[in-house]
Amino acid sequence: MSNKKNWPLWEIFIRSRQGLHHKHVGSLHAPDAEMAINNARDVYTRRQEGISIWVVESTAITASAPEDGAALYDPANDKVYRHPTFYDLPDEVGHM
Amino acid sequence: MDIGILEKGFQQHVDAEKKIEAKDWMPEKYRNTLIRQISQHAHSEVVGMLPEANWITRAPSLRRKVALLAKVQDEAGHGLYLYSAAETLGAERADLVEALNDGSAKYSSIFNYPTLTWADIGAIGWLVDGAAIINQVMLQRTSYGPYSRAMIRICKEESFHQRQGYEMMLTLCNGSPEQKAMAQDALNRWWWPSLMMFGPTDKDSPNSALSMKWKIKRKSNDELRQDFVDNSVPQAKILGITIPDPDLKWNEERGHYDFGTIDWEEFYNVIKGNGPCNRQRVEARKTAWEKGRWVRDAAVAYADKKKNKEKDAA
Ligand SMILES: [Fe+2]
Ligand SMILES: [Fe+2]
Repeated sequence: MSNKKNWPLWEIFIRSRQGLHHKHVGSLHAPDAEMAINNARDVYTRRQEGISIWVVESTAITASAPEDGAALYDPANDKVYRHPTFYDLPDEVGHM
Repeated sequence: MDIGILEKGFQQHVDAEKKIEAKDWMPEKYRNTLIRQISQHAHSEVVGMLPEANWITRAPSLRRKVALLAKVQDEAGHGLYLYSAAETLGAERADLVEALNDGSAKYSSIFNYPTLTWADIGAIGWLVDGAAIINQVMLQRTSYGPYSRAMIRICKEESFHQRQGYEMMLTLCNGSPEQKAMAQDALNRWWWPSLMMFGPTDKDSPNSALSMKWKIKRKSNDELRQDFVDNSVPQAKILGITIPDPDLKWNEERGHYDFGTIDWEEFYNVIKGNGPCNRQRVEARKTAWEKGRWVRDAAVAYADKKKNKEKDAA
């Protein structure tokens, strides 16, 4: 059983405080999810970095291809009308 | 696509100060250089725990003991962040651990020196962590994203390491004459090995130019070493102890301290495995790995059992 094989890799997400999203902080190896959470607590929350931990096996994540980055970014580039500053309102309206 | 075009695009990306991420195309040599550098860095964090662990049970007060424990625990974490960064480049954790345990991997030469007195723990925090910080602050801006992020995290944790060491030195230097002599003795033994931590001189590190071009490194070994000397001199003055270098003096023209020649023969000797503690360090790693085997096996057996139970229930 103690062959050279690695334990599965887990990606670690931490919610730093109530009301915020969980954010990716790093990864670690562990035999199962429970141990992954225990290890994540020791490694990634030694200084009150978080109040909640998610662990996800790395193989469960599907990622977009890096060369598709432009295709994700560019189409939104010329759609300025998606931003509030595109719309002209008189000053007396105030903040809207 | 033509490899020349890919390489050109890669260099432009780096020159524009954009990070390279794990799935991006990169030259094979960039990948291999990083795997070697990051894994050596990880090994250094792990082996670096050993000289300090030597004193945990003998710390002179609870305050010092909890600080040292927390520091050593941080170093374990640093090792983990760095192994993870190396793995994003395709390295296998098991292979990296094996290379450390069979003695074929390199780690920082400084950890092959012994910690003879309690003052050595102060000197390590002050000088060794101080030197590491100078290197790591630079590496926060390295071009490889996962390495850079690991460094940012590490630097945040690192500053307490140097402060607790320097505070320890201050206490000794303000104590009895014997305590001050202990601090001086520790400085005498750790000063030159600390200077060696930055590696060979620029003219003797042929791979440095490429690492600079790829922005893996942002400063040369000699530049970093000079920063370290310039930082340390006033700190030693405050402690009231003397850096063991008769050639150390302020150079008005350069705006830096001049310092004496490093004993490079000693440096290469330690690198080759003939330092005072090389064998002992690798032995300690091997023993820890062997003694931990039953824990690793039990964890896997438990995980398998749980998985099978879930399957049976379904
Ligand atoms: Fe560290
Ligand atoms: Fe440290």
